[in-house]
Amino acid sequence: MRLVILDDYDLASEWAAKYIRNRIVEFKPSADRYFTLGLPTGSTPYGCYQKLIEFHRSGDLSFKYVKTFNMDEYVGLPRAHPESYHSYMWNNFFKHIDIDPANAHILDGNAEDLEAECSAYEQKIAAAGGIELFVGGIGPDGHIAFNEPGSSLVSRTRVKTLAKDTIVANARFFGNDLSKVPTMALTVGVGTVMDSKEVMILITGAHKAFALYKAIEEGVNHMWTVSAFQQHPHTIFVCDEDATLELRVKTVKYFKGLMHVHNKLVDPVLSIKDQ
Amino acid sequence: MSFFYYWDFMSRGPGSSCIVSLFLGRFWFWEDLWVRDGKILDPEKLFFDEQGFADRRVDCGGSIVAPGFIDVQINGGYGVDFSQPTEDVAAGVSLVAKKVLEHGVTSFCPTLVTSPPAVYHQVLPQVQVHDGGPDGAGVLGFHLEGPFISPEKKGAHPERYLRTFRSGGMEDLTEVYGGLDGVAMVTLAPELPHSQSVVRMLCQKGIAVSLGHSVANLSQAEDAVQHGASFITHLFNAMLPFHHRDPGIVGLLTSDRIPAGRTVFYGMIADGIHTNPAALRIAHRAHPAGLVLVTDAIAAMGLHPGRHPLGQQVIEIQGLHAYVSGTKTLSGSIATMDMCVRHLKQASGCSVEEALEAASLHPAQLLGISQKKGNLDYGADADLVLVDDALRVRTTYISGEEVWRRDA
Repeated sequence: MRLVILDDYDLASEWAAKYIRNRIVEFKPSADRYFTLGLPTGSTPYGCYQKLIEFHRSGDLSFKYVKTFNMDEYVGLPRAHPESYHSYMWNNFFKHIDIDPANAHILDGNAEDLEAECSAYEQKIAAAGGIELFVGGIGPDGHIAFNEPGSSLVSRTRVKTLAKDTIVANARFFGNDLSKVPTMALTVGVGTVMDSKEVMILITGAHKAFALYKAIEEGVNHMWTVSAFQQHPHTIFVCDEDATLELRVKTVKYFKGLMHVHNKLVDPVLSIKDQ
Repeated sequence: MSFFYYWDFMSRGPGSSCIVSLFLGRFWFWEDLWVRDGKILDPEKLFFDEQGFADRRVDCGGSIVAPGFIDVQINGGYGVDFSQPTEDVAAGVSLVAKKVLEHGVTSFCPTLVTSPPAVYHQVLPQVQVHDGGPDGAGVLGFHLEGPFISPEKKGAHPERYLRTFRSGGMEDLTEVYGGLDGVAMVTLAPELPHSQSVVRMLCQKGIAVSLGHSVANLSQAEDAVQHGASFITHLFNAMLPFHHRDPGIVGLLTSDRIPAGRTVFYGMIADGIHTNPAALRIAHRAHPAGLVLVTDAIAAMGLHPGRHPLGQQVIEIQGLHAYVSGTKTLSGSIATMDMCVRHLKQASGCSVEEALEAASLHPAQLLGISQKKGNLDYGADADLVLVDDALRVRTTYISGEEVWRRDA
């Protein structure tokens, strides 16, 4: 695991965005060989998306040959609803970049047959050659995507009922009215994300600190599903100071001591202009 | 959604980009405006449903994008007087329609002042309601200002052609106007006997009824509104002045007898001349949601300063004033719609959105066409005006096509 610790949210967002940029540019994606990217939603990755848009606007990064697969989507929420993950991705990312709409995949929470939708999604990922880099976040209960506590660590894309914690956490997006929050979602499984070549988890804020502790300093445990990535060969956790508040001082010092190594991954930052 | 500056404005084919939109929720934001087939497009649907993206991007250069202006009271311009019966009325309307694009007007109601029946019979059939385009702004229908108005408040209307309602039935109207096809609005004085049934009849036909050139008291005005009247023609002008014990028609702005769910709109000639800015502010503060900017422009609008023979008179233009030559009698308004928008903003201190809404959203709401015009909602016609920060018109679009651009 790489644990990359930046001072604050903005710096963490920037580091993550630069990493994604470098990975895409280095990959030299083309019509024959797309870069497949797994994507999250929520407040944590927002800053990262803003930075990626900046890189695109400055001409340094293109998404023309990038295929994206989002992690999850609510069930039964109209796609045009402002809180749907389709709306989130459109407003905060897709409309600002040059991705081909056919390559932007998000689970359809209004599909007739939800299970079929989930299997089809797994097939699309396989058809795209698997995910090169899966970017994710972490819930306060340690979940990755909507793989709530108790989810199988080898699970695949499926329908999940949301935990009370998650519904409460999301209520703020639905006018604090619990009855309006969707209770089910389609989500990639822990196993689905584990299949990707590389995983990058963004964790910022003190409210995520305990989850980060459970994810990296305790054992692999299906009650804290992000802990599964301890068994992935290439995982990066990008966090800010506040997210490290529950970690042992020793852990934090160790990884901060490695920042000069980590920073080589984002410095120099690459650009398509140089290709 | 709200609008402010915008990046790009794409038009034609799937997608256009700019920052836009004022009216979807009345905030400002940087956004892109997408247009397809002349209508404003929901780009999110385009992206996910059709997997489409923009064909073309137009850089709006930081302009503010607003819905095209709608002028519901304009008597002519550039030497053309709509009330003059000529062989080719349509040509005159077309000329004005083309010129007003420069003022950001994308739709208008050619207005006829009180005239003899022969004039209505000749003029009305010659012009149909039609959409605008590169040749000029769209015609929403005629505004018939008179002849059923009060002799005491005729203003510049010729007294001999004023009429009253004989029975309040359709015959009263068809006898004078001929047919009512292509009529969007009628101004009348509600104190005239039998006016109530006329108001109801016109409203049922989808024609807006406006109160004006009248000595009605508040109660008579309120009755007319109960029967369906929804507009006041050039507030303050040609009506009884506000009196604290009988506010007259002006009192409609704050009347508590307006039926629920309905708004009374009022036209203001915001040229700084026909209404004292203080009066404009009183009206705006009392009822901002109802303010509709109108030019009430006469044939002299758009002509150069100096003397011009118009009809039977000679008009002298000095700055924004048009006098009967040799006198100080105002002969009408020659302000353009964009001037009125700027004047409203400056005189009332209202926000940019409010000033722009008074020229677009409110007239569209008044005419009941706000699903298609006067706003930038998905599905609305892409009639747009791009203005700079000082609210000067830079470019005008109709159905997503550029129809006028200011030379740099």
